[in-house]
Amino acid sequence: MLKIALDKIDSLFSAVAEKQTLYIPADRADGASEYKKYENGMKMSSNLNTLRSAKDFFFPQTENLVDFKMEGKNIEVIDIREESEDFVVFGVRACDARSFTILDKVFLSDPVDSYYKNRRDHGTIVTMACSKPAETCFCGVFGIDATEPEGDASCWNDGESLFIKANNEKGQAFIDSVSSLLQDGDTAKLDETKAKTKEILSKLPLANLSTDSFGGDKLNELFRSEKWAELSESCLGCGTCTFVCPTCQCYDIKDFNTGNGIKRFRCWDSCMYSDFTKMAHGNPRLTQVERFRQRFMHKLVYFPANNNGEFGCVGCGRCLSKCPVSMNIVKVMKALEVK
Amino acid sequence: MQEAMISRAKQLLADGAVNRVIGWKKGEFAYDITPAIFESAEELDAEFVYDDFTSANVSKYLVKETKKDGKILAFLKPCDTYSFNQLVKEHRINRDNVYVIGIQSDGKLDAEKIKSKGISGILGVKRNGENLEIETLYGQETMPVAEAMSTKCLNCKSKKHVAYDELIGEDGEVTASDRFDMVEKLENMTAQERYDFWRNELSKCIRCNACRNVCPACTCEKCVFDNPASGIENKAPADSFEENMFHIIRAFHVAGRCTDCGECSRVCPQNIPIHLLNRKFIKDINSFYGEYQAGADTTSKAPLNDYKQDDCEASIVHERGVE
Amino acid sequence: MQVNENKEFEPLIVAFCCNWCSYAGADLSGTNRLNYPTNVKIIRVPCSCRVNPMFILRAFQRGADGVILCGCHPGDCHYTSGNYFTRRRMTLLFSMLDYLGIERDRTRVEWVSAAEGAKFAATMNEFTEAVKKLGPNRRLEDLRCKKQ
Repeated sequence: MLKIALDKIDSLFSAVAEKQTLYIPADRADGASEYKKYENGMKMSSNLNTLRSAKDFFFPQTENLVDFKMEGKNIEVIDIREESEDFVVFGVRACDARSFTILDKVFLSDPVDSYYKNRRDHGTIVTMACSKPAETCFCGVFGIDATEPEGDASCWNDGESLFIKANNEKGQAFIDSVSSLLQDGDTAKLDETKAKTKEILSKLPLANLSTDSFGGDKLNELFRSEKWAELSESCLGCGTCTFVCPTCQCYDIKDFNTGNGIKRFRCWDSCMYSDFTKMAHGNPRLTQVERFRQRFMHKLVYFPANNNGEFGCVGCGRCLSKCPVSMNIVKVMKALEVK
Repeated sequence: MQEAMISRAKQLLADGAVNRVIGWKKGEFAYDITPAIFESAEELDAEFVYDDFTSANVSKYLVKETKKDGKILAFLKPCDTYSFNQLVKEHRINRDNVYVIGIQSDGKLDAEKIKSKGISGILGVKRNGENLEIETLYGQETMPVAEAMSTKCLNCKSKKHVAYDELIGEDGEVTASDRFDMVEKLENMTAQERYDFWRNELSKCIRCNACRNVCPACTCEKCVFDNPASGIENKAPADSFEENMFHIIRAFHVAGRCTDCGECSRVCPQNIPIHLLNRKFIKDINSFYGEYQAGADTTSKAPLNDYKQDDCEASIVHERGVE
Repeated sequence: MQVNENKEFEPLIVAFCCNWCSYAGADLSGTNRLNYPTNVKIIRVPCSCRVNPMFILRAFQRGADGVILCGCHPGDCHYTSGNYFTRRRMTLLFSMLDYLGIERDRTRVEWVSAAEGAKFAATMNEFTEAVKKLGPNRRLEDLRCKKQ
């Protein structure tokens, strides 16, 4: 496999950044890491995962759709879509990489979301395999192998070198653009690292979680379960889980009156909110119980029902660490599973 | 402490004095505690927990719970009792429907602080004197307790319970705390430095609303930010102005009612020090209008609902701090 | 914010004036032919305590460079105690804005009675000058609301 020595990784980043915008996970003052635009000398974070997922690059929190300008009785519609420049997101983990498969099913199926498609076409995703999974990880439960991430190109770190392999044309183009910096390398040490990581993955506290009790065909029993009232009693309805989740994709479209025109934009919405899907008579999900149930039914039942059994969760564990009351999909699955 | 709490709760349930208990339930790992309601002795035995990670303030759930039939038993730490009192004062909690037991706290730990030290794969955490012994997938780790302590517990303002029907253990005293030190530090920076500091922090805000939803002072049935009729309804921080606006207005709406429980900063997924905004208001109220601690009693008027004829003028802002 | 023929910065000032004292004071400065700058846009409110902190922020959002609140003198409020609450509210709000790094001279509270036409004009002149020196509002601006 092609590789580059870890102490030369700056030259790889600089070479990429010369031709397109490069984002790498970088450390923040408070210890968390987030994707930052690469500038010379920026060090890649050694954190397991960024706080916000890479979904932000393709489905940003706010996105302007169209502008309206009023001149007397005439309305001018201004299409403000800009052609994005090409960009590369580096260091995406296997869980976040799988989330794109899920989001693509939603946004790229008919009718195609042109804003998302535009960003997807311009973006190259370079993934990085994990070597130190956390106790909150459970990607394996959903069939994701943390040591073999998807994406346009995949990378591995064996402690001395960074190995890289293309998975499709885009990935190959990425590798070709920096081929002068890469050499062929022996993967013996890498195979050892992968084996060690696989061992830890099998010992993770959540590794034995099962999805057998969930899926499109279990809709009625799960919907009518009496456990939802108890599971949702501490839920604050804040929306943190939906905002850090790499697969949550609901959005609201709002008009903002700037004083000299209207900007129509879309922004992330959360099924946890009391005005989500509010219609003329109000929100059909009157209490937090229904809203809480909706989120997990969507991920574990409705999504697989509509998408050939693919679950809407990738096991990244962000909701486990960020929920203010520590309620999360793992607790829901354990409470509802039929042994 | 946990055993004493569980056995007292079981007694009260058995007597019929209360018909449910609000407390904390253990989770998958050492640190993911969920507030929960227990209705039977079996549930208490199986899942009730009170340990280093039970920092959640349960008083806000009482707003909804005391509207239901029957009395609920609530375990409140000293800081929680201030929020409780404030809610009773505002007639949000029906005092007759809750039986409060005051419990002690030595300060709670924050798992995020442990993780920010690079400790990963946490399976178990034990306090051993001044140190923490952490069992992880990658071996044993240790760190000083002080570095893992929740930010709000570092400047504890009071170990006194201001509301209770009975206590487990001894009552404490109001402590002399240095909780305004960081606020003062910010006040002494130049305006440009302050602006940069807050821009840096508030630009991380994702408007998840965790701070608002966990805050015991934010109990409006319909928040202005969710109400299209208010004119400021917004769901996402579209730009720097909206990021600032949400936090300034939220801090202002709770000014004088915020008891400084610290939950807002604990729950923020982006680690924004929101409590520094609320503490600024508390410090200002203390210096302009006299020392006031929200929640210390249930009869005093909140500073923004009250006035004195010789209050200082707004121009005092020009005479303080650093420009 | 506008630019006059000399391309000098002209701030946009929003003045919230209470109907009974300061608005009448503004009228008096007009009838006495005392000049005050055209930069000042007056918004009449029944009492200075009608002003919500959100109004101040919204004024800045929609292009104001300075916001001033005028009301009856403390003790003389038409509604007896409204301006006492204004005083507390605005002191805390302005202190918070200062804490966030917003320039202090962009905001002010001034008590102007119905007989003080001269004071009204003088205050507006002074405040406009002070804001002019600070330049356009950048820290509380909303880029979406800027006139293209």
